[in-house]
Amino acid sequence: MSTLQENISPARQSAVRPAVRRRFTPVVIVYLALVTLLVVGSVLVGLRGEVLLDQAGILNILTRATALGVVAVGQTMVILTGSLDLSVAYLIGLTSLLAAETMAGRESMVLPGVLLALAVAAGVGLVNGLIITVLRANAFIATLGVALILRGYLENTYTGPAGDVPRGFQHLGYDRIGPVPVAALLMLAVVALAWWYLTRTRPGYHIYAVGGDTEVARLSGVPTRRVVITAHVLCSVAAGLTGIYLASRLGSGAPYVGTDAGYDLESIAAVVLGGTLLAGGRGGVVGTLGGVLILATLDTIFDDLEVDPFFKNVVRGVVLVTAVALYARRMMADRARRRFT
Amino acid sequence: MTWRPRLAEGTAPVLVVLLLLLVGLAIAGPAYDGPAGYLALLKRAAPLMILAIGQYFVIVSGGFDLSVGALVTAGVVIAARLIDGSESATTWVILVVLGFGLLVGLVNGLVTTKLLVPSFIVTLGMLLVLDGATFLWTGGAPRGALSTGFRTFGRGALDVPVLGEVPWSVLILLAILVAAALFMRSGTGRALVAVGDNDAAVRLSGGQVDRLRLLAFVLSGLLAAIAAILFGGFAGVSAQVGEGLEFRAITAVVLGGVLLGGGRGSVVAAAAGALSLEALFTLLNLLGVSGALESAVQGVIIIAAVAYAALGGGLRQRLRLWPKHRNSVQPVSS
Repeated sequence: MSTLQENISPARQSAVRPAVRRRFTPVVIVYLALVTLLVVGSVLVGLRGEVLLDQAGILNILTRATALGVVAVGQTMVILTGSLDLSVAYLIGLTSLLAAETMAGRESMVLPGVLLALAVAAGVGLVNGLIITVLRANAFIATLGVALILRGYLENTYTGPAGDVPRGFQHLGYDRIGPVPVAALLMLAVVALAWWYLTRTRPGYHIYAVGGDTEVARLSGVPTRRVVITAHVLCSVAAGLTGIYLASRLGSGAPYVGTDAGYDLESIAAVVLGGTLLAGGRGGVVGTLGGVLILATLDTIFDDLEVDPFFKNVVRGVVLVTAVALYARRMMADRARRRFT
Repeated sequence: MTWRPRLAEGTAPVLVVLLLLLVGLAIAGPAYDGPAGYLALLKRAAPLMILAIGQYFVIVSGGFDLSVGALVTAGVVIAARLIDGSESATTWVILVVLGFGLLVGLVNGLVTTKLLVPSFIVTLGMLLVLDGATFLWTGGAPRGALSTGFRTFGRGALDVPVLGEVPWSVLILLAILVAAALFMRSGTGRALVAVGDNDAAVRLSGGQVDRLRLLAFVLSGLLAAIAAILFGGFAGVSAQVGEGLEFRAITAVVLGGVLLGGGRGSVVAAAAGALSLEALFTLLNLLGVSGALESAVQGVIIIAAVAYAALGGGLRQRLRLWPKHRNSVQPVSS
């Protein structure tokens, strides 16, 4: 009886006021927050007689957002399927080393270096996906385990930066058009590609279906295992791209370039900040980009204000929890409205 | 009827692994031919085991606590700054550290239950806040020193009749372990497991789901504070003391056969998982495996443990020597 009522009322309700609900989606909230942050930041920085969004400021924000943005796009795919990937940070270090060592300063080896790094990244993603689907290990543990294995390999093999990126390849890291780095445009292209994949293709819909309810997806004929494995491969390839980009910026590979920046938890934070549900099935890369830009802007504002670096972490933690609490409230309110009005 | 020892589900594998590791230690190291060596191992493992017990409460009720590592660091750094070498401050500083742990657990629990934020995010945020705040307060590097009285708990020993010298940390561990095991047999403990299994069912049958979850986080915070006191005594003041402990504690709990996502597993097994982890590191050390590969081995083992637990139903059925009569309903393999 009650199920029947619940099933009927939302249909009627959504016909009455869909606009209200659609106006404040998490994506809108994220970008509103970003604009607010930029305004408040500009005022605060302006009080010190400086300008936040001058050439250097924009460059700073976009450069910070590039590396995190690409990892976070990959992480979004994985989280949308209801999984998550804790191995990206070490994988970024590994791929930066593989690319730089293969190139070894020779222009001719740029392409093989990039391809090798991406192939290894795809392999790691495949392993992650297989452990989760075939061995049925919890994603948290599976990718933590893979992260530990990669860490052991890195610690055992490398003592510090290694390899050498040719000058020509460093253009990827440093070229810019006006205040906009070329790499940031490439990052936006990755976001656009991921957006297209998730919202306009069948495999993309399958990712949402699996994240929403694996069992229902499976019964509806979605190859759930293949979807999860694909998402993990894409996520690891994104991490590989980040590793290659960082190698081009540093001029060499560094084993801890990913972990020092905490890209594993940071990327998850960016995804969740962007309104994607940690449990999967809801969200998208547009929100993630907003989350990444918020984190990058926060960092840049703090740098301009010369705030103690440790204070950044405090603010990040508070921002993260507050944002997710807001989304949770909104969802509850949504659900309550559908049920009781 | 065949008599079978009544162990909680998932406990047997970790005990077997632990036994193998202990036998391995006895073969590999001359220090492990008497109780003294094992007592030293237990002393080293005690803080991690206490952390694992705290993490168990949260995991079995369906959550994660990623903040315990940062909490341990914060506890040690706060204690060192407040005591600053003065013996008389020991008692109240210990109370402050314990209170701090309780407070952090309370905040974690309240944000999780009242604001409906997933515990993974809440405790990740708490990790960032604690990390930042601790070092903001101390100005980048830990300052001050711990008093001898404070450090006694981590490295001192007590003369116990019959047994001889028993480290304080082992006594504290045993007390906590017994209390935890008794607690998990009580109504509240069982309800906690039920919350992890199916919180809707608990809510409908009148259980206080939010209060139980809150309790789990508070216990985890308190036990992390106790672990901080032991770590501080054992290892001294350092900014890295808690690094990676949250993942190590989760690994230990999972190694103990506790299901991530909650609802299954025993607290003794979780503690045994932590002891196994420590024994494994000791064994690797004795065998001369480079410290760098330690984490790789840890990675392989947790994947194997979880895969075994997930596929175990099928494996166990294939390996079972005698059929089980109690269950009339066969579990459906999915």
